[in-house]
Amino acid sequence: MIAGIAGVTVLGATACSANGAASGPEATSGGKPSGSITVYNAQHEELTQAWADEFTKKTGVEVTLRNGDDSELGNQLVQEGAASKADVFLTENSPAISLVDNAGLFSPVDAATLAQVPAQFQPSTGNWTGIAARSTVFAYNPALLTEDQLPKSLLDLADPSWKGRWAASPSGADFQAIVSAMLELKGESATTAWLKAMKSNTVIYKGNSTVMKAINAGEIPGGVIYHYYWFGDQKGTGENSSNTKLLYFKNQDPGAFLSLSGGGVLESSPNPVAAQAFLAFITGKAGQSILQTGTSFEYPIVDGVGANPALVPISDLDAPKIDPSKLNSTKVTDLMTQAGLL
Amino acid sequence: MTVTLPPASPAPERPDSASPLPESPAPAATPVRPDVVGRVNRRPSAFIVAVACTVSLLGLLPLGYVIVTGILTGWPELSALVFRPRVGELLVNTVGLVLITVPLCAVIGVGAAWLVGRTSLPSARVFAVLLAAPLAVPAFVNSYGWVSAIPSLNGLWSGVLIATLSYFPLVYLPCAAALRRLDPTVEEAAGSLGSGVWGVFFRVILPQLRLPILGGSLLVGLHLLAEYGAFAMVRFDTFTTAIVEQYRSTFNGPAANALAGVLVLCCLFLLVGESGARGRARYARIGSGVARIAPRRSLGRFTPLGYLVLGGLFVLSIGVPFTSVIRWLVQGGPAVWTDGVVGEAFLQTVGYGLIGAVATCLLAFPIAFLAVRYPSRLARGLESVNYLTSSLPGIVTALALVTVSIRFVQPLYQTVVLVIATYVLMFLPRALVNLRAGLAQVPVGLEEAARSLGKHPIGAFLNVTARFFAPSALAAGALVFLGIVTELTATLLLAPNGTRTLAIQFWSKVNDINYVGAAPYALLMIALSLPVTYLLFARSRLTSGS
Repeated sequence: MIAGIAGVTVLGATACSANGAASGPEATSGGKPSGSITVYNAQHEELTQAWADEFTKKTGVEVTLRNGDDSELGNQLVQEGAASKADVFLTENSPAISLVDNAGLFSPVDAATLAQVPAQFQPSTGNWTGIAARSTVFAYNPALLTEDQLPKSLLDLADPSWKGRWAASPSGADFQAIVSAMLELKGESATTAWLKAMKSNTVIYKGNSTVMKAINAGEIPGGVIYHYYWFGDQKGTGENSSNTKLLYFKNQDPGAFLSLSGGGVLESSPNPVAAQAFLAFITGKAGQSILQTGTSFEYPIVDGVGANPALVPISDLDAPKIDPSKLNSTKVTDLMTQAGLL
Repeated sequence: MTVTLPPASPAPERPDSASPLPESPAPAATPVRPDVVGRVNRRPSAFIVAVACTVSLLGLLPLGYVIVTGILTGWPELSALVFRPRVGELLVNTVGLVLITVPLCAVIGVGAAWLVGRTSLPSARVFAVLLAAPLAVPAFVNSYGWVSAIPSLNGLWSGVLIATLSYFPLVYLPCAAALRRLDPTVEEAAGSLGSGVWGVFFRVILPQLRLPILGGSLLVGLHLLAEYGAFAMVRFDTFTTAIVEQYRSTFNGPAANALAGVLVLCCLFLLVGESGARGRARYARIGSGVARIAPRRSLGRFTPLGYLVLGGLFVLSIGVPFTSVIRWLVQGGPAVWTDGVVGEAFLQTVGYGLIGAVATCLLAFPIAFLAVRYPSRLARGLESVNYLTSSLPGIVTALALVTVSIRFVQPLYQTVVLVIATYVLMFLPRALVNLRAGLAQVPVGLEEAARSLGKHPIGAFLNVTARFFAPSALAAGALVFLGIVTELTATLLLAPNGTRTLAIQFWSKVNDINYVGAAPYALLMIALSLPVTYLLFARSRLTSGS
């Protein structure tokens, strides 16, 4: 049985490289996009659907979404290898897309697409590109935490005085991306210690929205989430955020981490022309304007398209500088599994 | 020294002699023994045996997957993943949940069955139907209803509350059916020998309900181990929720598989425990004729209390989720229905349900046929294999099929075929139980008569036997349909790209805490489940002979 599995894996690997070599060159050719593409989408369904609808209107290319989480879809792509039916992978955070990149499954992004995106929002490998960004924030309930009681750094939350007083959603890729930034900035032993403290301090919820809802209801004083959950709710009814405020850590703190959402085209894509065109569309003016004017409240990243006026400008966030392709999702889930958070 | 006598008769016993079949008394002069008469054809057709064996072998896939990945992972890594504090927490949570919820469900199920079946509460018959209704509300929808009503619900006791309200009908239905079948003369004899009301209940009635209580409790236990959505919503971590989280973080990483292994052990523990607790006592009624219907007892001054219990159960199990769904629907107005996906999700769900139900019944038929017409060690073995698979939580079955299809049968990966195959493995026993019971009721002599009059064997089967057992097949299909409509975990993992079932859409809305947007999907799932639940209730009456 074991030998059998090994044999098939080898076969799979051979097939993978053969296929890759065949479809590689076409990926960058600039023919007219047509047909249909499948997008493995870890971004918010509503946002990607808006992109897809607009793209279909412009090009006639049908877009099918497979929705899931960053790490789930990233690992799935790695397992599927060359046989994947995916053309494009979109994530909320960088670690999962780096995982796929490190497995050598991406075609290089079209040069014209990369030229649209400022270098600071591209990985050093050039095999995928940033498509949007989100900022880490500490949401809190002012009735339970006064301004002088607020943490100065994300690292402060490991202090025993915070036991049972802050919330997070560690099973989500969002929080895992924040941990990956800490790992990159502070190293493994500091991160491990912080995660151990987190295990005893944190009240665990499932999903950033749920964290915010609990803070709003006064169940817990504060929590670590991304900024756009708060702005989205404020824009709507405000029912889950009206009793809360946001703290931006700034000072290049790990808690000021600006997480880059990524997009890449699979080398095995059955329709690379349309896949590249989709990525070019998302990072172009039209696609980025959907971030500016839509209800996602994520940051656009290309020059000439400003953030939604309600948001704190990216330049004021004072986020730490990190090469997104260095973020390591596997290491983070291992550390979090060891700490008993997963 | 004792002499071991050879078995007096080689006639094989019916595979599950405890299972209650409708007691339509056969005419005394022509005893119908399908198992014996069926032997006119000495051997079952090779095709049927082949199908039955193939289906059952595929049924072993999930268990085999857990074992093989365990071996491939290797002991050092496996033990590091199993023997860690987090697994301890999950074990405490999961075991606590089972130990509290199962007895609660048993007490409520038996108590409710007694109240509706044996007391003269004026509307007992109405409550008899109403108390089966919670089965039409998927546990994760029930959880959504409760969290909407009391947002701060979380932890063990919230899990117990929701699980008890969702699953007590699994004990209630078989107990109510069995209670109607009990011969009141035994109770009267006990009464005449000096036992009071309580004495009769505990010493005569309760022991006779042993099998339905145990069977129902086993089902409750297995549901508790397998449920994901309901517990995730109240932030209560069990093995299954932790596996799903690991899956979301690593796809099918070794940690998820290690947890799945522990979960499978928990399931096996329950299965073995239940079969051990069944005992060897016989519960068949001795005596000729048909038993009288037991008299109903007046509750006297406890009548209001009886109402309070039944009414309370109904309000908590049906009233709360239903009110929440309606409240969100009113709040959302017509806009939530024009989402554009509601209609599509409904059609997809019905499509999956119908195809899955037909496929499951077709594939279960050969196994049922062998079990009834050609009972043998092989037939019994095939049956139990399938019960084992369906006892495994959907997440384990789904993980197994994802991995196996990616590695070995790529063309099947992410196809409707694979989803249907998973449904077949998960819900086969639901069909099997009904098909077997239906088939066993058809006198084989009629089919033989048709053949002796010149009908082709297949024609004879279709014209005679198939007609007789059509209602059972319908019930089998309906039960599978119910399972598929409310299936969430496995569908999430396996669905082809672009799939949107009611459960998937509901869950996606709930995750964005868009409770208003989730309401139409919740309502449609309940609407699809209600008729099936009623059918289930009606059949449980039928088998109780009234």
